[in-house]
Amino acid sequence: MSNDLQIILAGSFVATACGLLGCYLILRKMAMVGDAISHAVLPGIVLAFLFTGSRDSVTMVIGAGIIGVLTTFLIEFFHKKGKLQTDASIGVTFTWLFAIGVILISVFAGKVDLDQDCVLYGEIAYVPIDLWITDAGTVMGPRVLYISGTVLLIILVFIATGYKELFLTTFDPAYATAVGISTVLWHYLLMGAVSITTVASFESVGAILVVALLIAPPATAYLLTEDLFKMMVLTTIIGVLVSVSGYYLAVATDGSIAGAMATMAGLFFGLAFLFSPTEGYLVKKFRKEKAVMH
Amino acid sequence: METFLDFFSFSDPNVRYVVLGSILITASSAIVGSFTFLKKKALVGDAVAHAVLPGVCLSFILYGEKNPLVLIIGAFTTGWIALTLIDFISSKSKIKEDTAIGLILSVFFGIGIFLLTIIQKSGNAAQSGLDQFLFGKAASLVGSDLITFGLVAVLLLVAVYLFFKEFTLISFDKDFAASVGLPIRAMELILTTLTVLAVVVGIQAVGVVLMAAMLITPAAAARFWTEKIKVMIWLAAIFGAFSGISGAYISYVAPSMPTGPWIVIVISSIAFFSFFFAPGRGIIQRLLTQKRIKKHIVDENILKALYQLGEEEKNFFDKRTIETILSKRTLRRDLLIKSLKRLKREGYLKHSDGLWFFTTEGKNKGQRVVKLHRLWEVYLIQYLRIAPDHVHDDADTIEHVLTPELEARLEKLLNYPSTDPHKSEIPYE
Repeated sequence: MSNDLQIILAGSFVATACGLLGCYLILRKMAMVGDAISHAVLPGIVLAFLFTGSRDSVTMVIGAGIIGVLTTFLIEFFHKKGKLQTDASIGVTFTWLFAIGVILISVFAGKVDLDQDCVLYGEIAYVPIDLWITDAGTVMGPRVLYISGTVLLIILVFIATGYKELFLTTFDPAYATAVGISTVLWHYLLMGAVSITTVASFESVGAILVVALLIAPPATAYLLTEDLFKMMVLTTIIGVLVSVSGYYLAVATDGSIAGAMATMAGLFFGLAFLFSPTEGYLVKKFRKEKAVMH
Repeated sequence: METFLDFFSFSDPNVRYVVLGSILITASSAIVGSFTFLKKKALVGDAVAHAVLPGVCLSFILYGEKNPLVLIIGAFTTGWIALTLIDFISSKSKIKEDTAIGLILSVFFGIGIFLLTIIQKSGNAAQSGLDQFLFGKAASLVGSDLITFGLVAVLLLVAVYLFFKEFTLISFDKDFAASVGLPIRAMELILTTLTVLAVVVGIQAVGVVLMAAMLITPAAAARFWTEKIKVMIWLAAIFGAFSGISGAYISYVAPSMPTGPWIVIVISSIAFFSFFFAPGRGIIQRLLTQKRIKKHIVDENILKALYQLGEEEKNFFDKRTIETILSKRTLRRDLLIKSLKRLKREGYLKHSDGLWFFTTEGKNKGQRVVKLHRLWEVYLIQYLRIAPDHVHDDADTIEHVLTPELEARLEKLLNYPSTDPHKSEIPYE
């Protein structure tokens, strides 16, 4: 496999896993909770690094998964028990956790194989050289590819097995409760899945650009269809397109690949916003003018 | 300790600049942030903060050096575009506001990072330090930078002072503000502009990534201490300024540390302290109040049960065993015993040989609860036309809440009925 292909593949895995979960986030009006989680898992990642002394992915995913769920819990705690409005509750919680993460990185700069740049935009360019070598010395191929592939698989299994439950708790929570599906359980399962995905994506695209992949492709797909299943298929296609076009844009300009991916994600959204056959701003405007002329 | 004294004696003019600058910057963002907080648009500030990054990079690419004024103009431009786009997307399509905020925030930041990495690889020596916009560095505020940012901060404070009444109105009640002839759109525009400006200067101290905290957290903390907007804004400013000084100090003693995150830790600690310990609105105070009310309700229910037992046996001052009370009112035994002891301390009950009985005060209090319960049942049936078998639960709740004033009005309104819907007598004194 060529280096180009490896990077694009890793990007596509990450974009797809994020996008699929993002569909539920934006339909549940929880986009900013996703943003908060992606920032807040940082201290979890750093602490896992410190404890294991390596990029042991399992510990990291567990550590960050716990912190992600804790973040959601804290946001709700301040909102319900302290009567703090939700937007402020989100803002206070995630900035605090993210600040802790950045400070931990500075304090343990020598001991942690992480730096602030990596937090901001990841190291997806290093995918081909960061190899997974077994204890026996066999080279298994790029490590990040395994991690992002595994997480994508987990997310696919999660959505496939819980499709009905996720669907009902998203669109009709009252009915879901009536037929015995716990909205609270599925809420936290979804948040756990978002945490795991952000952590796994963290090394490749960084803490903040994950948000672009969580929100932009599903929002684009949402402008093109009403149907949840079609929306998820479209999100996957857009995610892959973002990965491919972002990579070549970065290569052409010698900029950050993750930054270029976010830029392309924004561009695709802009196109859908203006030209979507059903929802497009220009399309609707053009139709109105035509109607006036007749 | 020595560095502490060095710093806080302000003998070094550089330190004076840095401290003054940090205070101005953090306090002015806290003040402007108070209004976005009250308008429930706190996260919009987060989006603007991320969105200024591409502006900073673009103006650097176009101008070729780090001129503070040019960077401010660039940052201001993209911050403004981001805000406008959020409004435009959420009003002109089915995309909800929170999605629009997250989208603009991450895409603009992505573009910013993309440009920043291009600049860094371009080999332009003047670019070094541009990445301080990401996490802030209060101590690097020197000379001309400080004057520029200080001036903008002063401008912000003056604007808030001048438009204080108008901003307050549009934050709390837009419709009312419109009805008294306030130019809403113009005022919103000014407030938005001030928000973007606050972000542009604030990122000097805390950086793009954590700027949201400077807008949201001081206001959120201050809200827990007061109900008055003026006090709240003053408090927010003081909290902000305090975290600003702390940040400057940390930047001074540990230059390798990123300043922004430390400022955020300080302001977050103030906020968490406020959330838990503020009198009145704080979480602990709330829980205590809830507990007190719960105890009060248990007490009143026991007095009620004793009164009803007295009614049945036509003897209010008979001595009762705990089992008898439990047969009238199901309750956890330990809670009952605790409450009985409390009622004895307060003089409502007496206790001898394991038996409990009313004092006169106790009987009167039990009687009042029973009266309120029955009056309320009559009220629900006569005035709200609720079926007699549906009124009991509601009366069980309201009997603990009604004040003597309401009690008097209720009696008068219902014309002193003698029995409740279930034919039980309503006891008057």
